[in-house]
Amino acid sequence: MAMIFEFVVQGAQMILVLALAPLLIGFIRKVKAQLLRRRGPSIFQPYRDLLRLMRKEVVLADNASWLFRSAPYIIFGATWVAASLVPTFGTGLMFNWSADLIAVTALLGSARFFLALAGMDVGTSFGGIGSSRETMFASIAEPAMIMIVFVVALIDGSTQLTEIAAHMLAHVELRVSLGLALIGLVIVAIAENGRIPVDNPATHLELTMVHEAMVLEYSGRHLAVIELAAAMKLLLYFSLVACIFVPWGLAPHGADFGAMTFGAAAYVIKLAVGGFLLALFEISTAKMRVFRVPDFLGAALMLGLLGTLLLFVSRSL
Amino acid sequence: MRGGRGIEQSRHWPRHVVDQTSWRRAIREISKGQGDVLSLWSDGADVHMAVLDHESSDIGIVTIECPDGRFPSVGHMHPPAIRLERAIRDIYGFQAHGLCDTRNWLDHGRWGVRHPGLKPEPSDAAGDSYAFLAAEGAPLHQIPVGPVHAGVIEPGHFRFSANGEVVVRLEERLGYVHKGIQQLMVDAPLDRATRLASRVSGDSTVAYALAFANAVENALEIEVPERAIYLRALMAELERIANHIGDIGAICNDASFSLMHTHCAILRERVLRASHVCFGHRLMMDRVVIGGVADDLTAEGESALRALLSEANRLIPPFIDLYGDTTSIQDRTVGAGHLGSELANQYGCGGVIGRASGRSFDARRLPGYAPYPDLSFKVGSAHAGDVDARIWVRFDEIKASLALIEQILDKMPEGSLRIESLPASSETFEGAALVESFRGDIFVWVRIGAAGIVHRCHLRDPSWFQWPLLEAAIEGNIVADFPLCNKSFNCSYSGHDL
Repeated sequence: MAMIFEFVVQGAQMILVLALAPLLIGFIRKVKAQLLRRRGPSIFQPYRDLLRLMRKEVVLADNASWLFRSAPYIIFGATWVAASLVPTFGTGLMFNWSADLIAVTALLGSARFFLALAGMDVGTSFGGIGSSRETMFASIAEPAMIMIVFVVALIDGSTQLTEIAAHMLAHVELRVSLGLALIGLVIVAIAENGRIPVDNPATHLELTMVHEAMVLEYSGRHLAVIELAAAMKLLLYFSLVACIFVPWGLAPHGADFGAMTFGAAAYVIKLAVGGFLLALFEISTAKMRVFRVPDFLGAALMLGLLGTLLLFVSRSL
Repeated sequence: MRGGRGIEQSRHWPRHVVDQTSWRRAIREISKGQGDVLSLWSDGADVHMAVLDHESSDIGIVTIECPDGRFPSVGHMHPPAIRLERAIRDIYGFQAHGLCDTRNWLDHGRWGVRHPGLKPEPSDAAGDSYAFLAAEGAPLHQIPVGPVHAGVIEPGHFRFSANGEVVVRLEERLGYVHKGIQQLMVDAPLDRATRLASRVSGDSTVAYALAFANAVENALEIEVPERAIYLRALMAELERIANHIGDIGAICNDASFSLMHTHCAILRERVLRASHVCFGHRLMMDRVVIGGVADDLTAEGESALRALLSEANRLIPPFIDLYGDTTSIQDRTVGAGHLGSELANQYGCGGVIGRASGRSFDARRLPGYAPYPDLSFKVGSAHAGDVDARIWVRFDEIKASLALIEQILDKMPEGSLRIESLPASSETFEGAALVESFRGDIFVWVRIGAAGIVHRCHLRDPSWFQWPLLEAAIEGNIVADFPLCNKSFNCSYSGHDL
């Protein structure tokens, strides 16, 4: 019976991230529009967009290979698994034993690898530009992410998210290294999700695109799946920040239904606050030059490194 | 540049028919920087060149006859004329002798006809191939962009040769929106020709209508009522403000700085609405007519304008602070898309682009036209020549135009709106005008026959001398900065392709 309950809860988590991801995008767009004194589309518009894309036919280039056709599903699968691993409303779920930060990073890395390959597959110049830029950013974003993981791991003694959250709840304290890790993680999240100032998800300028340039050749259900994966990736980073830095409200292992409902409500509030802050940040800054992005990400890498050093130094004292 | 046979029917600015020797001498002097080519065009029989002499600040037109369909190339010595000569060949089939670039320009082989201006020859509309200039070397790759773009903008093709992210060469290919306006003008009555001229480039419809009307009025020696002159200037300044505000917002939007874009969009909308209240049309299309204006400014319109002025004067300083104090946008614009003053001067590049690169030319000052000599205004200028400088010059011009509107409203004379009737004439006359649009100086030349029928008309958009400079400004920048540089130029496709 408990087994079935755990299974249902894990399933609920998987459905939740899938269902909430477009809503988060819609919410951020709505807040941005309102901040810019526009009415903006409904927050449910991303669902309608996905439905529309699903119904449309898929247009493929003549020279598209099997990789181009299968990459969307690989990306979607990897991202969905990664997003399901990160605790949202509760910890100690069925799959949480594998919810390791390094595993999550690796899953996202694989998704990016396939997206970059797919961008180059058809051989258009924009796809190539997008892939090259994405890879340039990733070559710094991934080490930065790993350094941030080390900081968190050194503090909490584990890279497993359930244990991290439990440790954070048990030892509430202000730490400089944790602050550094938070800033670093936010920078990585902005870059990984192609938000302003690194990339503009709403741009129509083909020459400045990064993520959009890679998916320029996709259409129909392929595009829908990729967009859903991108939305889930954004949700994943929100969950990650929430789980590590503001784990309050998370239902512990073996919690009853009430605690889980409370956890879900707390999660939605955390998402809303995060989405509002992201929208506010995005409208108040311009996009940076492409070659400035490595400096920006380099700051995240540096912060991660500093955090790790700080922990070693303070521990040996 | 004087000499040759003077043409009496050419009023306002003199026109002289010269022989090949004088033509070549004129080209040599221009290429040494003693004058600017204002335009180079053909009327189907001869080739004309309007020249601004730097020493005397006079404008004159030289004409060379080309009975055998050939004339000595200007572009051979003076590169700004190259595209004009290629366009002359596409439309009329006249060969510029000595021109090194023999590729078609406006004609993409899709009209179904060759040389539509002179002796139309049917041809298939399958499209010509176009040999882009090569940039060779192992790491170089080409990026074709357009003519259909991801955003809703006008069509134009850009071919980048890039070394990774760095642009080594940009080549433009334009002509996709050729509408044959100059051919449509042939034998058109004046009212139809005015409507055509207003539609060359929709965002500067007032400036085009004004330039065409000035040229016709110069040809027919029409005295325009004083009140109409002031109303025309009022419309021209409103159009300038609306476009400059829109441009600043659009440039910032291309750097994803949406806050500035929204502020500018709201203010621009206020200007357009005030224009609508005053003249019954948001863009004031067809409000300038030959011999005057179509609509009067009512008391309601004046109060709308006064309200707009106070609001704009209140809003512009915070906009300037927002732009100047936001480091993220400054980081993008400062140093990007640099255009040196030598090129700006060589090309006679007008408007914001020229003034941001140290060429302080403004057609309202030189040659100057009513009512501007009676008004005081400052022409914005900068020397940095980058995107940032072009934004600052736009801010300066908005402030100058706001001050101009205030003066115009204060000085607005009473009187009639337009002349009773056009003078009847059985002779042919020619006239020309140079009018400052928000992009720069528009040159219009017109030949009017008996009963007010337009024989030939030539309209030269300021973009003719700005598009080539964009190719120069982008060199050495990164590919991702092109939209920003392009928007800071904001050349017209429609006005150029005509």
